[in-house]
Amino acid sequence: MNPNKNTKEMICIVCPVGCHLQVTVDKDEVKVTGNRCPRGEEYAREEILAPKRVVTATCRLENEQHPRLPVKTDAPLPFEHINELLDRVYELSLPTPIKTGDILIEDFKGTGVNLVASRSIE
Amino acid sequence: MRTEQIDTLVIGGGAAGMSAAATVSAAGFTTALVEREDELGGVLLQCIHNGFGLHEFKEELTGPEYAERWVRNIESSEVKVFCGTTIMEMSLLEDGRKECFGYSPEYGVLKFVTKTVVLAMGCRERNRGNVMIPGTRPAGVYTAGLAQRLVNMNGYIPGKDVVIVGSGDIGLIMARRMQWVGSTVHAVVEIQPYPSGLTRNISQCLNDFKIPLYLSHVVSKIYGKERVEAVDITPLENGVPNHDKTFQITCDTLLLSVGLIPENELSKQVGIELNSLTNGPTVDSMLMTSIEGVFSAGNVLHVHDLVDFVSAEARLAGENVIEYLKGKRPERELSIKPGANIRYVNPTRINPDAESDIYMRPLVVSNNARIQLQVNGEVVKRQKKPHVQPSEMIKLKITPKIFQDIEITPDSKVEVTLQDEP
Amino acid sequence: MSGSQSREVYDLTVIGAGVSGAAVARRLSMYDIKVALLEKETDVSFGTSKANSGIIHGGFHHDPTLLKARLELQGNLMFDQLQRELHFPFARCGILVAAMNEEEMKTVQYLYDRGRRNGAIGIELCSRERILDLEPKLTSDVVGGLYAPGGGIIEPYRFVFALVESAQHNGVRLITNFEVHRAEYKEGLFELQSKKGDRVYSRYVVNAAGLYADEVSKLFAAEEYTITPRKGEYYLLDRMTKACPGKVLFPVPNSVSKGMLVIPTVEGTVLVGPTAEDIHEKDDLSTSSTKLKAIFDSARQMIPKVSTKDVITAFSGLRPALPGGDFYIEASKKVPHFIHVAGIQSPGLTAAPAIAEYVKDILKEEGLTLQERSDYDPNVNAVPRIRNKNSYDIDKLIKENPAYGNIVCRCENISEAEIVEAVRRGHDTLDGIKFFTRSGMGRCQGGFCTGKIIEIIMRETGKSYSEITKRGKESTVIWRSLCEQNK
Repeated sequence: MNPNKNTKEMICIVCPVGCHLQVTVDKDEVKVTGNRCPRGEEYAREEILAPKRVVTATCRLENEQHPRLPVKTDAPLPFEHINELLDRVYELSLPTPIKTGDILIEDFKGTGVNLVASRSIE
Repeated sequence: MRTEQIDTLVIGGGAAGMSAAATVSAAGFTTALVEREDELGGVLLQCIHNGFGLHEFKEELTGPEYAERWVRNIESSEVKVFCGTTIMEMSLLEDGRKECFGYSPEYGVLKFVTKTVVLAMGCRERNRGNVMIPGTRPAGVYTAGLAQRLVNMNGYIPGKDVVIVGSGDIGLIMARRMQWVGSTVHAVVEIQPYPSGLTRNISQCLNDFKIPLYLSHVVSKIYGKERVEAVDITPLENGVPNHDKTFQITCDTLLLSVGLIPENELSKQVGIELNSLTNGPTVDSMLMTSIEGVFSAGNVLHVHDLVDFVSAEARLAGENVIEYLKGKRPERELSIKPGANIRYVNPTRINPDAESDIYMRPLVVSNNARIQLQVNGEVVKRQKKPHVQPSEMIKLKITPKIFQDIEITPDSKVEVTLQDEP
Repeated sequence: MSGSQSREVYDLTVIGAGVSGAAVARRLSMYDIKVALLEKETDVSFGTSKANSGIIHGGFHHDPTLLKARLELQGNLMFDQLQRELHFPFARCGILVAAMNEEEMKTVQYLYDRGRRNGAIGIELCSRERILDLEPKLTSDVVGGLYAPGGGIIEPYRFVFALVESAQHNGVRLITNFEVHRAEYKEGLFELQSKKGDRVYSRYVVNAAGLYADEVSKLFAAEEYTITPRKGEYYLLDRMTKACPGKVLFPVPNSVSKGMLVIPTVEGTVLVGPTAEDIHEKDDLSTSSTKLKAIFDSARQMIPKVSTKDVITAFSGLRPALPGGDFYIEASKKVPHFIHVAGIQSPGLTAAPAIAEYVKDILKEEGLTLQERSDYDPNVNAVPRIRNKNSYDIDKLIKENPAYGNIVCRCENISEAEIVEAVRRGHDTLDGIKFFTRSGMGRCQGGFCTGKIIEIIMRETGKSYSEITKRGKESTVIWRSLCEQNK
């Protein structure tokens, strides 16, 4: 993150209104304008300092009828870890049976975020 | 030939079908649920992303998780499920019942003789032929839904360098998905001057990956002898393509997300009247079609955006099937029409003596909207909406209380309108 | 294929498995000779024979001095028996030429006289009342026209597939993916070499290479001529369209082409077109939006209800045009035992069975001894197709073969069993399966069935996902498999 003064434009996604935000990072301070409500400010702050995303993907299942298992992170994962998580997901090869919610990768890179199964397969 | 005599046949085991079947069966009526795939769930099974269930379950679920909740409901119900079975024919018997033939590898041809039918067949995707993109016909052109199925259910990645036509949610979700499986999406091309999908998806599916979005542009030609090699992209100026400004993108895959069409071939076959505004059956306040005892809900009735609304609408249809089977009909119905800034309303008739939901789509985008229900020009209900756009369906509750203080006759003019809040 | 020890020597090799080559191969399979049929694509009928109007013509469009006119009439009369033997979809629905004014009626009179001279059975001149009675969907502006009850419609690729199957059934060897690259005549034998280096030896050669007949002729140092690809663009309309006529509708023709038509396909959809435009590239099958207006204007002039809203898809075909416009079916005067079957434009499909007879006679004249086989069987086994059956028959079918109960293509009602049969008969590309079963031709254009068809092909042939193609060669459909990533 560039610690100097730096204005970024973004659209708030917390509610469907989609306020256009201007976000400036000045040393440690984050200034947000354009938001109609405080949730927008919170969103902008997180988005600019530590963006996170819920990741959904599929991994290999050792099952003839269902070769792929849908999986997801059980919480938003910091942006910078996403590609590495995906690499790990595509290396997985799991036997059945599996239940929705089964933890497949625990506490990825110490973030506290788990990868869980998103479907039950017999 | 095996015959099933039942009270209700639900055609389609996706979100709508499962909700309708569970509802009717819970009231004690014999219900069969027929699904052509080998498992229940419909298109939800391939929608591995999240964002489902916020209304229905107060949780954010993925498509498969949402489907699983409903499958559990069905499994613990008395619904007779027939998977791998495709209804091919429907006809009306003299006694008012319907006769439907389903083909199944397991059972052969199954004859269903039923008092009521719920049509829940969902929709299909508009394809290249419908939008008539000129050029060659190489391999590498897919609808976004087909690509989604191949990637998420089979693990097959259709191509490496992708251009997506259409900025609706399906196209946007697939943009992200293709990037996450190692392909590169070079552009999303949108004919309208504004994106069709949710802002959240523009942000998380395009901006996150720096995928350019070309608004007011069209793919004007496809190149490639055996496999796609490139596409021409042309800007629209005042709605007209300006070919002087056409540019080319090298790619091997074109994904089309250009609209959904309710799958009403079975409905047409049996002569059900369709509403040209929705491409689905015209339905009354009971969500009943022009054929007695045949109901409809979900994407086959009109294309939805939120699966939660599908489940709610199908539940409503189920409740109406129960009323119908008990011999109850609305005492009176009023015709309801789309008014200012509303594209369509479903159903097109309402029962002023019962509580119900109506669904509609606006024609415009507004961040400060007011929806009004008017009877003969008098406003009987208003609802504020902080944000509306054509690609987001609106649900409005109708209660008998609304009509209490006014005079209604069968000719009363009922309209839904939308305008900016003053 | 090893050296000269195991040489494949044939009495006759036909180059090109389009309708002409397939018809010739089948006709000659009646005799006690070894026949090979070479095709450069992965499957037969992948050239001009798959993209045309599918019309069995009525015998009035061409002057009887032309070879093609005589072969058209002869061929037309052979289709009923061919259908009985080969089971391809064919309907003798009749052809109408509609005149919109008195000037056009004069041309129609001329066509009628010519049709009579050609021997077109049942051809009649129609008044306005008569033609509207025959085709109620015609515009009320029509003033009259011509009716050729002998005209009809077929599914051209099904016809070619069936001809090839029948030929193979009677001993013809089909070799696909064989593009003739070099040819030499040594000691009474032709040596044909493919691009890949495979060799085939033959005493006689029939050049039925369609768009490439001129290039093949050059390879053999035979006569020099130029085939010009003449593109025809079509639009396909949904079977639910209100604009489906009962008969094939022609406008009054002009000097270049028969005009842009409205054609009820035998399977219930509607074709409008084709255009006629000379182009340069023999593989340019692109469609363009500029032709849309002309095609639909022409169609609407005849049937006002034709609408672009009903369009399912557009496609192009290339006619192999020779100067003069007639068929060039002759023994070469430069190269012995080499027969040209070139310039087979419209009415090539109609004439094909008669072309085969004609070529057989030429071969005989050229010294090929033709002794009839005692075990020739003209019939092929029909594949039961659920779209043509009622529920009670289908119940029986499913009980014998459960794959008949798995509906893969919902738009056209096609079961897994039919797709499996297509693959087993050698059609293992998406297009090949499409042409054999119709899966992928419907309103969803493969949106629902493609995934399942890929799985079926893989299961039946053992091919991996990377070998599945739309129509052979580089037209692969899957780039990578996630299941095999990061290994």
